[in-house]
Amino acid sequence: MAGLKQRAERLFQWFDRRTGLTEPVAEMAAHPTPASAASWWYVFGSAATVLLALQVITGILLALVYSPSASNAWPSLQYINHNLALGWFLRAVHGWGSDFMIAIVLIHMTQVFLFGAYKFPRELTWIVGVFLLLFTLGMAFTGQVLRFDQDAYWGLGIGASILSRVPLIGGPLVNLLLGGPIIAGSTLSRFFTLHVFIIPGLLLGFVGLHVWMVLRLGINEWPMPGRLVRKADYERNYQALTKEAGVPFVPDAAWKDAVFAAAIILAVMACAFFFGPFGPTGTPDPTIIQTAPKPDFPFLWIFAILAYLPPGLETPVLLIAPILIVGGLLLLPLVAGEGEKHWSRRPVAVLMVTTIALALAIFTRLGTHTPWSPIMDAWSSDPVPAEYIVHRTPLERRGALVFQEKQCRDCHSLDGVGGMRGPALDAVAARMTEDQIIRQVLQGGGNMPAYGKALSPSETEALTRFLMTLRGPGLRPAIDASQGLQPQNGSHPVVPATNAPSKP
Amino acid sequence: MSEPNEEQKRPAQDAAPPAASVPEVWRATAKEKEAAHAGASSRRTFLFKLALGLNGLVGVVFAVPILGFLLGPVLKKKGSYNSWVKLGTVGAFPPGETRLAEYINPVTSPSDGETAKTACWVRHADDGSFQVFAINCAHLGCPVRWFAQSQLFLCPCHGGAYYADGSRASGPPLRGLFEYEHRVDGDTLMIFAGQLPTLATEACRGKGPLVQVDPATVAQTKPSGPSAESDTRRSSWPA
Repeated sequence: MAGLKQRAERLFQWFDRRTGLTEPVAEMAAHPTPASAASWWYVFGSAATVLLALQVITGILLALVYSPSASNAWPSLQYINHNLALGWFLRAVHGWGSDFMIAIVLIHMTQVFLFGAYKFPRELTWIVGVFLLLFTLGMAFTGQVLRFDQDAYWGLGIGASILSRVPLIGGPLVNLLLGGPIIAGSTLSRFFTLHVFIIPGLLLGFVGLHVWMVLRLGINEWPMPGRLVRKADYERNYQALTKEAGVPFVPDAAWKDAVFAAAIILAVMACAFFFGPFGPTGTPDPTIIQTAPKPDFPFLWIFAILAYLPPGLETPVLLIAPILIVGGLLLLPLVAGEGEKHWSRRPVAVLMVTTIALALAIFTRLGTHTPWSPIMDAWSSDPVPAEYIVHRTPLERRGALVFQEKQCRDCHSLDGVGGMRGPALDAVAARMTEDQIIRQVLQGGGNMPAYGKALSPSETEALTRFLMTLRGPGLRPAIDASQGLQPQNGSHPVVPATNAPSKP
Repeated sequence: MSEPNEEQKRPAQDAAPPAASVPEVWRATAKEKEAAHAGASSRRTFLFKLALGLNGLVGVVFAVPILGFLLGPVLKKKGSYNSWVKLGTVGAFPPGETRLAEYINPVTSPSDGETAKTACWVRHADDGSFQVFAINCAHLGCPVRWFAQSQLFLCPCHGGAYYADGSRASGPPLRGLFEYEHRVDGDTLMIFAGQLPTLATEACRGKGPLVQVDPATVAQTKPSGPSAESDTRRSSWPA
């Protein structure tokens, strides 16, 4: 037994004599970190790296089978999902790993921002980190394209449409993105190249640089109110801190990283196991247009913003906002490289994080529900509620039919069912007079198309009659303000104009 | 296995190798010494810089095919992707109806599969005229769907809506649907197509630049749309 141990020792010596790695690696592992930095708040960077490794491993495994050609990509994914042992699980781990990686990178970034870790001398570490965020998002987008299904196909169309808005070079940029005049074989090939060669290469290189700088400059100390960063003396102060209260990174801090890394991999595997792989959805056949394309989760907020921006502002925002956002992130450490690190003395920083997080959450939630999209089959699949038809005249019931037939329901809900692009019409007659309803239907306006040429006079009459019955419980019909003091239909009491619950 | 011996000797060697202990055979020969000192270092610096310059030159030359290959899809002349494509016989598109048609893109690559196909909307107006619209919404390129009952094209992505003649009705699009140039050859309907219609390329040759439009001005100024349609829309509004 002793001989075996000796032999192993000798083998190790043989290698070490030639690589010379043991000493520098041991030194790196044991480099002193401030004891305060051995915290659970400091585990996200290493977790992101571990997730990257997970993505590389699962990615290589999937690449063994995936066929990066427009004609075969979709069938090859089906094959992985259904015909290969555990193929579905590997696809699921790769997909969920991607979502987890983006989430962890964002959390890591927020933590670094709130702890002031981007300040001197770690400015460049932050800047490299910004590129890592962009590469991670780039991997997510290109990965979504490789899942060459309907969403991927039309998602590319959205990408091309955005690029086409660039002044002067928009057209050539679109062709460069697509690798030809249309979304087709060459498009998938170049996104495969981006996803498998170019971005991962950059990602690994930048991660190396990022980690190297963390080792070289030391892990950020836990911020304390009043411990100001000054270029003149920060490095001296930091050295003193690690000398007085420093602990070796391994094992004092690293055990938390290791525990969290294991937990995050387990979480990815659990999500993969219980929720399964993402898609693929329908085949990427451009002639199948019964589809409502949607980007993957990380990009839903952009999808939502594109629905809410005023049309005229869209192109400027699309082209200028990314430059401002990325530029702001890159310049942050150069502009605010000194001073207070503690969040309790940086209210603007805290407010920014809160606002951005809330905005992202709200827009992502809206992106999951897409209230701005017409429900394309509501007109033929969602019946008019029975209580809206009982005790109605034949003409009013005919109006309910017109309402369904003319696809009004696709944008307007009744009793909570139907599209939400336009207002719900359950009490429309309480806020619009008959004249206003007719005008709105025939002429459109606001965000509604004009139906003048799609409705015959009799259909218009029936539809209006039906809509006039939609008043809601206990509400009075809207009245024309200019005729507010005259009796209405004899049966209704005189209502002063100021009380009319009408909306122009 | 001479390795263990080597390892055991190592500490002694590393400690302080006295110059005198270097065997005679390892001493630099006169020729080697001469080579090391002869030739001022400035000459080698110059040669190194020359070699760098040479590599730079080679790099520039090599960049030509790299860029040429990479930018191949871009360097094509504008509109050269397009050509006349058959959509079908005129009889397949009854007057008064708008129907989905598809064609194989004139420019394809071997691995395109289903994506070589493209869909478009063909409108055969009552007056006999044709309009062929791109499937792609002018907002972000999602596939618009035709609803004959309400005479509207609706986009599933962000709710862009267009009238039967392709003009913008509502929603985020800045303009009407992209329209293909078309001609009727005997009883065959043909369109001039081949490129993904976007705001930069559009589907038609020689169309003007992007202008913000609203339904009212389209109805008055759009020359391609049958004027009867536009008139109907306006005249049916109650005074």
